Amino acid sequence: MRRHPLAFAQARTIVTKRYTDDHEAVSFDDQTKIGTVMITDYAQKSLGDVVFVELPSEGAVVEKGDVIGAVESVKAASDIYSPVTGTVIAINSELDGSPSLLNKSPEDKGWLCKIEVKDPAEVEVLMTQEEYKAHCES
Amino acid sequence: MPLPRVLSLARGQSMLRTRLAPATRQSWAARGIATHATELKRTALYDFHVENKAKMVPFAGYSMPLAYGDVGQVSTEKTATAFLEWLTPSSLSALEPYSSTLSVLLNERGGIIDDTIITKHAEDAFYVVTNAGRRDRDLSWFKEKLDEWNTSDQSSAGKVEHEILDSWGLLALQGPEAAAYLQGLTSFDLSELTFGKSAFVPIEGINLHVARGGYTGEDGFEISIPPAYTVRVAKLLSKPPVQLTGLGARDSLRLEAGMCLYGEDLDEDTTPVEGALSWVIGKDRREKADFIGAEGVLKHLKDGPPRRRVGLIVEGAPARHGAKILAPSTSDVIGHVTSGIPSPTLGKNIAMGYVQNGWHKKGTEVAVEVRGKARPALLTPMPFIKPRYWRG
Repeated sequence: MRRHPLAFAQARTIVTKRYTDDHEAVSFDDQTKIGTVMITDYAQKSLGDVVFVELPSEGAVVEKGDVIGAVESVKAASDIYSPVTGTVIAINSELDGSPSLLNKSPEDKGWLCKIEVKDPAEVEVLMTQEEYKAHCES
Repeated sequence: MPLPRVLSLARGQSMLRTRLAPATRQSWAARGIATHATELKRTALYDFHVENKAKMVPFAGYSMPLAYGDVGQVSTEKTATAFLEWLTPSSLSALEPYSSTLSVLLNERGGIIDDTIITKHAEDAFYVVTNAGRRDRDLSWFKEKLDEWNTSDQSSAGKVEHEILDSWGLLALQGPEAAAYLQGLTSFDLSELTFGKSAFVPIEGINLHVARGGYTGEDGFEISIPPAYTVRVAKLLSKPPVQLTGLGARDSLRLEAGMCLYGEDLDEDTTPVEGALSWVIGKDRREKADFIGAEGVLKHLKDGPPRRRVGLIVEGAPARHGAKILAPSTSDVIGHVTSGIPSPTLGKNIAMGYVQNGWHKKGTEVAVEVRGKARPALLTPMPFIKPRYWRG
């Protein structure tokens, strides 16, 4: 049977989720090469009520490890580090008016930004969910 | 002749509050705060806090959910007043018995060693509360100056004694419902105990030193408790509707009330004039200039200080300790932020800091640099929120 190219492409689209030491996660779509950056549920619980989120500008070219924004609770500011190198193609503007989305839905509706990833291998080297879980418990 | 005494108690202070604490004020920032509870000192209330599911954090060398301070008590012959008027610029001789005042311990340059609440019980007896974080510095300063005083002619009318009362508890019950709650535990008419006053109040058969005031800008009480009763009284004072609150809530409230936190907003290189605390310097004390550090302080009063503590409201991101204050539309640094939070009550980013003299007028527009970006800020009078003290 002859495979339809598009169907083939759709079938092999894999979204991988990887985690960083800094309690961020990136959900990477290997077809679009777009990674969605978020803070983990563990991070939001540690931070407490988030009152302000600062995000990078769309179009910004960022290196892995760059400070691309910050999450502020009443007590502290925590920097957001880019988990990958690439270009910021979207930011979650909902967070402007509703920073509490980070507490309510950190890994879904409270996503921070989308980055077009330059080198997908950078995602692969980040922690898996199991590794991250172990990291949080250590 | 009884030996005159100056007591200084190193004691814990914790906060119990009514209603005042919405959940947002109890948030704790775990990132960046190490919790090495095992290496830290514990207060008599440690088990009590843990039983009450407090999140313990290190503070001033103690594992604490709550604010702790050092408390001193001074009692002497008449020279106690003179001794404390040497160590501070306050008019303590004019203070009524069982009244208190904010004051400062000054070094020879007029820099603030610590801020303190001094309560006068009598001409020869004072009760002093200082910061736990400054315990070693304060106690050695008291000892040094006491030795100097007691070996000088100044002490001819009676030597001054300084007694440290370790392990005493100091609980702060704060908030609009604090008075009603405490009144339910005592026959003492608390309506007579106005802001800044103290009294010995019978609670559960124990006479406790109760001071009306606190570090929150709200009505409330600070209650001193002998070591044997600390946990018992803490349990008594923490029944509903009272909520236990932590350092986070305290820091938000004191900043909203425009109060300084030593180590952040005040230090030994800051005079009370720079710290916008000139009001603690008694008028008669300015003329006599007989307190330690008078020369530096009076020079700042006369010529104006090089910089002044101010309040700020910052747009956009909250400014934290260390953020640069800039002249608008320039990169000229005119000062630094010393404390800043997003105010839970106002929903605005409030901060205090120091700016060059001349930039300090209320309503002045400046900028504050947060993460490399200049954010507009407006010099705003403090307190940011009108205090609700009980003045009778």
